[in-house]
Amino acid sequence: MNRQKSSFYFDEMGGGGTIRPPYSGLDSWHRDMPVDIRNFKQHEAEALFRRIGITFAVYGEGGDPERLIPFDMFPRVFTAGEWRKLERGIKQRASALNAFLADVYDRGEIIRAGRIPADLVYRNEAFEPAVLGFRPPRGVFSHIVGIDLVRTGPDQFYVLEDNCRTPSGVSYMLENREIMMRMFPELFLQNRIAPVDGYSSLLKKTLASVAPRKCETDPRVVILTPGHFNSAYYEHTFLADMMGVELVEGQDLFVEGDFVYMKTTEGPKKVDVIYRRLDDAFIDPLCFRPDSMLGVPGLMSVYRSGGVSICSAPGAGVADDKAIYVYVPEMIRFYLGEEPILENVPTWQCGKEDDCKYVLSHLPELVVKEVHGSGGYGMLVGPKADASQIEAFRAKIEENPSNYIAQPTLALSTCPTFVEEGIAPRHVDLRPYCLVGEKIELVPGGLTRVALTEGSLVVNSSQGGGVKDTWVLAE
Amino acid sequence: MLSRTANHLYWLGRYLERAETTARLLEVGGRNALLPNLSGGHRNEWEAVLQANNGLEAFRAKYSDPSQRNIETFLFFDRDNPSSIASCINLVRENARVVRTALTMRVWDAINSCYQELQEMSRTERSQISLTDLTDWTMRTCAEIRGAIEATQLRNDGYHFLNVGYAIERADNTARLLNVKYYVLLPSVQYVGSGLDNYQWVTLLRSMSAHRAFIWTYDGEVTPAKIAHFLILNRLFPRSLLTSMEMASDHLDHLARGYGRGTEAQQRIRNIVAELAELQVEDVFDEGLHEFLLRFIADNAALAGCVEEVYLQGEAA
Repeated sequence: MNRQKSSFYFDEMGGGGTIRPPYSGLDSWHRDMPVDIRNFKQHEAEALFRRIGITFAVYGEGGDPERLIPFDMFPRVFTAGEWRKLERGIKQRASALNAFLADVYDRGEIIRAGRIPADLVYRNEAFEPAVLGFRPPRGVFSHIVGIDLVRTGPDQFYVLEDNCRTPSGVSYMLENREIMMRMFPELFLQNRIAPVDGYSSLLKKTLASVAPRKCETDPRVVILTPGHFNSAYYEHTFLADMMGVELVEGQDLFVEGDFVYMKTTEGPKKVDVIYRRLDDAFIDPLCFRPDSMLGVPGLMSVYRSGGVSICSAPGAGVADDKAIYVYVPEMIRFYLGEEPILENVPTWQCGKEDDCKYVLSHLPELVVKEVHGSGGYGMLVGPKADASQIEAFRAKIEENPSNYIAQPTLALSTCPTFVEEGIAPRHVDLRPYCLVGEKIELVPGGLTRVALTEGSLVVNSSQGGGVKDTWVLAE
Repeated sequence: MLSRTANHLYWLGRYLERAETTARLLEVGGRNALLPNLSGGHRNEWEAVLQANNGLEAFRAKYSDPSQRNIETFLFFDRDNPSSIASCINLVRENARVVRTALTMRVWDAINSCYQELQEMSRTERSQISLTDLTDWTMRTCAEIRGAIEATQLRNDGYHFLNVGYAIERADNTARLLNVKYYVLLPSVQYVGSGLDNYQWVTLLRSMSAHRAFIWTYDGEVTPAKIAHFLILNRLFPRSLLTSMEMASDHLDHLARGYGRGTEAQQRIRNIVAELAELQVEDVFDEGLHEFLLRFIADNAALAGCVEEVYLQGEAA
């Protein structure tokens, strides 16, 4: 069974005896590590995560509300050459997605040209009429683009999905590295590993570069959090701390006249750029959900009149919808006049009659996802599902076809991972974080998520996934 | 600094001090329970402890019998008791968690480790933990957190808000402890000089970790006037009302200087400190110790209310 698997999936270290070059430094490392040392280090890593407080909060499910995401000490490695291609592809995609957003909230040329169906955009739940005709500073809507990638072969990468709103997880990219450097400094002497710790200053620069029109001083940047009950609160505090900016809640901000202010011990202070980690629906009760206690009344009107910048811009979510995803390669051709460097996973849209027919007759071999779902919930992994699950999903698709898309079950690459008996291949994905402001920037690395259960293809932390440090080797 | 951040830091300081006060009470109660039973005996002692903790009624409503075990539970583990050590530590950590960006790694680490240990202790079989373990642990971890704050925090406005909270809470605790001991235990005439009153006053000193300090300072002789002087007016004693209020005053002055504007809070604290600095212990007894303490507690509470209003609630300046 195991042997069969390792020949079917691409193992990034090489699996069958030969070690691929980027991993050559790690082979003897893990072989020479005695079991008791390994257990000790694993224990130490967990203790560090808990002490630093890197947890994500899960309320309402019982048990400890502060959970750790399992950390696997075996790093995932890319060569400089592999990364160059990924970097070009990611930047290309981030820039096309932003061009698309600027276009659909303006003249909608791509729709007029017939490249994307109008309904898919304008009737999309994430489409935000409140920003129609508004051009944010530098025309950027999505300032932090998280692009989820999977790999199926030495040169074969696919984009699984785009995250244009507020992708999370970057604190794990940074802390995983810190913890690895602390526990295994010798690895960093022996391998030339590109650093990732420039991320926070790049993020701050990016945010400052999109200060609003009316800002005449050094822009004051803040992070807006829903509060400490949010599952990603640790990340919010971490980023605020690394950038040296205030972490505010809605109740700390208020609108007066043309500007937004925060309440401080010295009286009100004007705020220029808000990196919000709050969904569109909650940011301004006057404009969106009137029952939201988390937002700032009047924020949107200040935004539209150029008194404050909101990152990502309200409405940015229309670009990362799973139904829009299918058209991203088309966006790249339309706006940039280039061929996509990174491929999309072939996708059937159940809203189309022919596609739907195909999907319904091939359910056991496909992955079916809800168009608006996230976090690995509401999806069917055909090859792993039993007959009753498949039939249940069939009924759901027939009831509301346009709510579903389907993709082939990809042979996700594996990376060696520490397990009870030593190391074993486990499936991984990758989320790099691309920053878009005055420039488009990408630090060499990302968050590798790993499905810790043998054979599992679902890497989400809510479904038993773990994380790894991700290395890009310098030339 | 965000008003909300300042508010969390202020309460972090208050709960940290409160946890320590509760631990001291628990310690002195446990010690007294070992002493021979005179006039009502240990039962009375534990009640005094609960009264000082402001929890006598809550305790009676929940527990039938003031056994040491129940009192330990109530003062250390019980989350329903807002002044229990577990409640205070939990609130210290909650406040810290919300304002992590305003704390150094070392301070957060100390607070978070303390919380993790508390979770561990709550899961441990109670027969494995002695009263001394509980009180020693609390004193030690509070000292660790305090040490991390002193050693690593930037001396910015956040630091001063934290210390204002600390000082106000400390003065309040000293005044309340003194007040409880005053009317529960002030010896009736027949006990004066019998040794019993002496022992009660020593208990009071112990509850403020001040027994040895007192002996060094006053050359051994224990009288009510000297104790009142020590706890209220002596600048050498870190928990005296005067020392605590001068500490609050210093930190409020730092804030006023840093912000370039004074507020009503500075005026209030100056009045309190000025009165204490001039006061003789005879004046206190003339006014009546109890009356004096009640007045002080009210003044201190008014100061706290004023600090909240001018700094922590974020009104427009």
